[in-house]
Amino acid sequence: MNVFLSYTVIGVTLGAIYAITATGLVVTYTTTGVFNFAHGAVGMVAAFSFYQLWQAWHWPLLVALAVVLLVEAPILAVLVETVLMRRLHGASTERSLMVTLGLLVILVGLATAVWNPLTSRTVPPFFGTDSVRVLGVYVSAQQILTVVVVVLMAVALRWFFRTFRVGVAMRAVVDDPDLVAMAGAKPYRVAQMGWMLGFFLAALAGCLLAPTVATTGLNISQLTLLVVNGYAAAVVGRLRSVPLTVVGGIVLGLVTEYCVGYLPTAHLSQNLIAVIPEVVPVIFLFVVLLVIPAARLVAAGRLPRHAAPRVPGPARSWVGAAVLVLLAVAVSPLLGGIALATVATGLALGIVGVSLVLLTGYAGQVSLCQLTFLGVGAFTMGKISGGGGWLGLVAAVGVSGAVGALVALPTLRLRGLYLALATLAFGEAAYYAFFSNPSFFPGYGGNITVRRLALPGAQSVGDRVELVEIAVALALCAVAVLAVRRSRFGRRLVALNDSPAAFATLGMNARAVKVAVFALSAAMAGLGGCLYAGEQGAISANDVLFFSSLTLLLFVAIWGMRTVTGGILGGLTAAALPVAATHLPHALTDLSGLVAGVGIVLLSRNPDGVLGLPALTGLLRRTWGAAPSGDATGEPALGATQGAVGAAG
Amino acid sequence: MPPGNRPSERHRVRSVPPAEPAARASGERGEPALEARGVSVRFGGVAALTDVSLAAHPGQVTGLIGPNGAGKTTLFNVITGLQRPDHGRVTIAGRDVTGLGPHRRARLGLARTFQRLELFGTLSAAENVRVGLEARGSRRSTAGARSGLPSGAAALLERVGVPGAPDAPAASLPTGSARLVELARALAIDPGVLLLDEPCSGLDDHETAALGKLLGELASEGRAVLLVEHDMDLVLQICDLVYVLDFGEIIASGTPDQVRNDPAVQSAYLGRVERSDERAGPVSP
Ligand SMILES: Nc1ncnc2c1ncn2[C@@H]1O[C@H](COP(=O)(O)OP(=O)(O)OP(=O)(O)O)[C@@H](O)[C@H]1O
Ligand SMILES: [Mg+2]
Repeated sequence: MNVFLSYTVIGVTLGAIYAITATGLVVTYTTTGVFNFAHGAVGMVAAFSFYQLWQAWHWPLLVALAVVLLVEAPILAVLVETVLMRRLHGASTERSLMVTLGLLVILVGLATAVWNPLTSRTVPPFFGTDSVRVLGVYVSAQQILTVVVVVLMAVALRWFFRTFRVGVAMRAVVDDPDLVAMAGAKPYRVAQMGWMLGFFLAALAGCLLAPTVATTGLNISQLTLLVVNGYAAAVVGRLRSVPLTVVGGIVLGLVTEYCVGYLPTAHLSQNLIAVIPEVVPVIFLFVVLLVIPAARLVAAGRLPRHAAPRVPGPARSWVGAAVLVLLAVAVSPLLGGIALATVATGLALGIVGVSLVLLTGYAGQVSLCQLTFLGVGAFTMGKISGGGGWLGLVAAVGVSGAVGALVALPTLRLRGLYLALATLAFGEAAYYAFFSNPSFFPGYGGNITVRRLALPGAQSVGDRVELVEIAVALALCAVAVLAVRRSRFGRRLVALNDSPAAFATLGMNARAVKVAVFALSAAMAGLGGCLYAGEQGAISANDVLFFSSLTLLLFVAIWGMRTVTGGILGGLTAAALPVAATHLPHALTDLSGLVAGVGIVLLSRNPDGVLGLPALTGLLRRTWGAAPSGDATGEPALGATQGAVGAAG
Repeated sequence: MPPGNRPSERHRVRSVPPAEPAARASGERGEPALEARGVSVRFGGVAALTDVSLAAHPGQVTGLIGPNGAGKTTLFNVITGLQRPDHGRVTIAGRDVTGLGPHRRARLGLARTFQRLELFGTLSAAENVRVGLEARGSRRSTAGARSGLPSGAAALLERVGVPGAPDAPAASLPTGSARLVELARALAIDPGVLLLDEPCSGLDDHETAALGKLLGELASEGRAVLLVEHDMDLVLQICDLVYVLDFGEIIASGTPDQVRNDPAVQSAYLGRVERSDERAGPVSP
């Protein structure tokens, strides 16, 4: 009994922190319509600042807390709202989602620069280690404080939403921003309040969490990914209801702790037991996703303001593919060592980038775990005769496609945001339970060896030959993606993205299309994984980090999400920047993250990224005349200049 | 509508029982192609629809008019499956579809256009229509495919009167043309029931007249056309039967003449018709 109570106490405390995180997410989402992926990152920055003020600079506890919660968080919120979010008004969900992802990587990049991750930092409990005995179990002052805080938060929010005009307006925005605008409340004031409240709650959760991770110390990525647990709790309230969200948080905390306490450990491998706290929230999340009601299709009356880049016809895409391969052949003798390896890796990541163009650029579905599919593909390839075989390649493509379909299935009934969040959660679960698990990735560093793809008749594949091999694969993928886009299926993808309501009222089944494109994209990422791992010689958990998936996605978006050229350049950039960072001072360790974050924020108003910048498209048109053939695939994103360019193909 | 919300409307008497629309002068009707019975929808405190019943018959243009906010679009959403009603049933060609999703209903031959445009902006005008044509290809032919329509995208666009190049990106079209593209796209699935939500806003007089003629032709091919339109002249001119919706309730129905002379309709409309076009068109940036 005492053991049960102890787990309950820990579970409730943990759940209370989840509840605060989740409530912050919900408050921001319902008031602004933006799901803040950077929510956990805000909590992370708060926790580190709190450490800095209280522990490093020895400020009094309450002063440190007050500065973090009442000064830093609101200022950050106002900055984010005015600088980043306000200009996104009326933008697609997918774009505002990208900007919060950009904010996430910026905050992580800055934190990495300020607080060297190699130093260990711990925050003690706020009021010492005192505890009281209740019903035979010890309850610490910190635990009591946490629970009191969550109760206060729930009461205060309820009062705020019922009492104040802005509170009432904030509730209304949930249902219909247009109505609020008509009723006279100023939406941006409401949005500002929403961001401030959200950031405050994120910071509160961060500060309360800091002492609980005393054994491992503050960890940037762990705190940042708290958003996953918060999301799992928030889904219980369908991202809307605060009371249900609080309940969801507490239940999640309890379930996690009871699993830690009572799962029949004898039947589980030691490696799995160690990751229960990370994996349980994800399982919880998928279960909840399966039972919450389907989203309503809304005829929102949207028309994209930017015409899409034109899609090259078959002839031009083959010419582009040939150019790409010829470039690889021409460049390979000039490169050596790291440069050669980086380009090869970049082209392999380019395959993943092109798969993102298909999924996110055309179909508007966001995947935050594309490198997980890369890892699944590489693992499959490595398991079948040690990699290198064509059978392994085919199996890898099949397995990663199937895994992709499985991830997409639970969220099909739901809006795109839920899919993005499910991929994030899936990526995390796979990272802990699979890729970091010595049962699957044995040996020192947890590597699975993957040999280069064998060529018929050749004994071995040299570095330069391999570069060309990858370039050919990439070129074929690019041609395939363009062919898909021009096909009937491609038209459906785009149509579904542009107007789900019209899509359905024409008699087409959105779910079938969504699962098909997700599987196709994951399969392509798996193919990229085979070549990527062949180039690296192995695959390990370090290749499938969430942050790498995220920066790759952002780089593709920065170059241009709706052109395969953007996918290729995104892959190359994702490979090049980490290499460049090794030559830079320590503060720039996370160069990729900083560049990706700042880039996406700067380009947030241009959905077609760098390749779609009017200056660039104008220049290309002048240079190439009326019939541009552009770079790699011959599609210099001309269409971004409104309406001027019509004829496709 | 919660009682007391609008005192002046509370005790209004229905002029014509809505479930029994006046028969068309010309005679007998078969089974309605589309029927809504006792549909009610509430949005929080707002009763958008209260016990609404209506039927649309093949070969007829049925009008649905009412002031802004009367609930016309909400009824379209209920019929097409985009909005789940709190009460009431919807049948298409005698089949109860209340529990079906939008795409299943479309496969039974139900198509619509949107008041706030829902074009596939990334695609060209012709491609928009093509998506519809391809959607038709993938379903079993509906009860009595109606023919009379061209089977190519360009020809369909021409039929509805879209001026200019079919290859222009849909996002760059002016509102009027964009509405016609939506109409062509809806026709592409060869629907037995066609719902049009303010198709004339954004069209000039000439285009409006042409559209009116087209709707008559579509009906004479055996389709049931349900038209929401603020252009009263057009409605009274081309509709066989008109329903009047006000604050979520059918307050009158009958032939254009009956409706025109109905005192309840006149009071509902007094001074309100002018605001018609405000909310039409795509949301401006
Ligand atoms: N999703 C929604 N949430 C809340 N209220 C809604 C929603 N959709 C419609 N309403 C309300 O329901 C009522 C009916 O709206 P509806 O759009 O159906 O009217 P309408 O007759 O089409 O008007 P209009 O002529 O302006 O197009 C209005 O009061 C409107 O504000
Ligand atoms: Mg309407």
